[in-house]
Amino acid sequence: MENPVISVEGLSYKYGKVTAVDNISFSVEKGQVFSFLGPNGAGKTTTINILTTLMPIQNGKVTIAGFDLEKQQDSVRKSIGIVFQRQTLDWNLSVWETLEFHGRLYSIPKNDRRKRIDDLINLVELEEKRNEFVKNLSGGMKRRLEIARGLLTRPKVLFLDEPTIGLDPYTRMKIGHYIREVNGEGVTVFLTTHYMDEADHLSDEICIIDRGRIIANGTSDSLKDSLGMDMIYLETDDGEKTTRLVKDMKEVTAVRPSSRGLVVSLNDEGPRFMPKLVERIRSEKIEIKSVNLKKPTLDDVFIHFTGRGLREEEQEKKKTGNGGGEH
Amino acid sequence: MRTEFLTIYWRDMKKFFRIKAMLFTSLVQPALWLAIYGLSMSTNLDLITPGIPGQLGVASVNYLTFMAAGVISMTILFTCLYSGISLQFDKYYGLMKEMVASPLPRSHILIGISLSGVTKSLIQAVIIIVFGLVLGVRFFEGFTVWSTLLSLLGVLVFIVLFAMGLLFLSVVISMRIESHEGLQGIITLLSLPLFFASNALYPIDSLPLAIKAISYVNPLSYFINGLRYFSLGSNFYSFGTYYTYSAYDMLLSLTFLLGFAIVMYLLALRTIKKAKIV
Repeated sequence: MENPVISVEGLSYKYGKVTAVDNISFSVEKGQVFSFLGPNGAGKTTTINILTTLMPIQNGKVTIAGFDLEKQQDSVRKSIGIVFQRQTLDWNLSVWETLEFHGRLYSIPKNDRRKRIDDLINLVELEEKRNEFVKNLSGGMKRRLEIARGLLTRPKVLFLDEPTIGLDPYTRMKIGHYIREVNGEGVTVFLTTHYMDEADHLSDEICIIDRGRIIANGTSDSLKDSLGMDMIYLETDDGEKTTRLVKDMKEVTAVRPSSRGLVVSLNDEGPRFMPKLVERIRSEKIEIKSVNLKKPTLDDVFIHFTGRGLREEEQEKKKTGNGGGEH
Repeated sequence: MRTEFLTIYWRDMKKFFRIKAMLFTSLVQPALWLAIYGLSMSTNLDLITPGIPGQLGVASVNYLTFMAAGVISMTILFTCLYSGISLQFDKYYGLMKEMVASPLPRSHILIGISLSGVTKSLIQAVIIIVFGLVLGVRFFEGFTVWSTLLSLLGVLVFIVLFAMGLLFLSVVISMRIESHEGLQGIITLLSLPLFFASNALYPIDSLPLAIKAISYVNPLSYFINGLRYFSLGSNFYSFGTYYTYSAYDMLLSLTFLLGFAIVMYLLALRTIKKAKIV
């Protein structure tokens, strides 16, 4: 088997006394779309900043495209493309000039550079904006331009840090489409996101990260399977008694409270089990207010491993007013 | 030879010509200084000291001509020091991140922006010299064509060294200060003593001791010495003071400016290598 394109062993990073990344290890195979999924402040951006040479390695060993991150920085830099979380465009340059500037920074020979720029402008559908100044582009167009820029150097790995943050659903879909197209051509993609649907649809492998640690990883399906097959949301007039009752059924793997009732995880197919469950509860004279069958999502996976939701975290942050940039 | 610094230069010059307000002010401001301050001061001063006879055979230089070198130095001082602000914007708005994440050596960033600083300074100096000649500045008077050309070459060398030194100084400051407001304040604060504790507008011989001391370690003074030597000659009389410049003086000025540029370059390189740009 080929060596992984990215291999990370025992990576840690501290801002003073605060640990942002706590001894993480993972590897990414060539041609994969690999996602880092986690709430704001989980350590995603810190990890990406280290892997892209913007921040020094404090602890751990990393190789990217076969190069040692610590000793062969320039070789790593030549092998990767980056789309940063925050916009990094010069508003006074045109679309074409932005790409030209980047290509020259990486010393791509002129003929090659000009051809690639044309191809990429086509890929991200900015032909009509070719000579438009960046300041006159919409948010989605700016993002597409940044993606084109990240691809200009024909990187072995493309790092995308929250590429769709703050964009409308149509643009998000488009960007997902480009990512798949680029990946189809053999570029390994390293993606960070806190949108679970994005991670779900795009990734071959997902790493769930929280508070600087990897808490679970695997394919989307294997992560969901680890919760049991299906889940049933149940609301009754006696939650405690229902819990006791349901827990003892052999198809049930776990019962936990949710905002309005209970979540029952199963090791059997939900539709088959549901009538049996309803019958059992009714037989004890408990009144069922609502019942709802659900396939597990990555959000459920996250809740399962951390005890809190991805979105809850975000709302909590908004309330306390520190939901801004990540470390 | 790697030439990526030209890319940085290319972008910086594009920006200079594209942001019209920046272009307009940077070209008009020095002319205004010369026209308003220069003419007002010189009509007054020339009234007070009407042709105080110099020593025999020494050219007497009017105030407008004397202070023209000062205006050139001030313009370059502000242009280069304020470049740090645009660098800080690059850092803040992330463009610096694109550069430092690329394989481009850090030194190329410095050389690229210093070249654009030098270019802007040269454009401004030419404007001041041409506009000054129209207003009555008597540069290169009595010079032959050959010696005028040689003098222009001398002026060029001094401008290049001076502008580079200031630009690197500006990098050192702007990469260390986080807030825009703080940086504005510090640059303004720094430019005051640099400009006024020098021989830009008046002779330094009669200045208070402390100010005189500053002027002796002030690169601006050495720059102006060079400018006056090349534009007015080695021997002239102005503002009640008799000036002579020997070859030794010029060598000292050149060495001082070269040393200033080298030290600032090394400091700037260290600063930009250590700067955490995320």
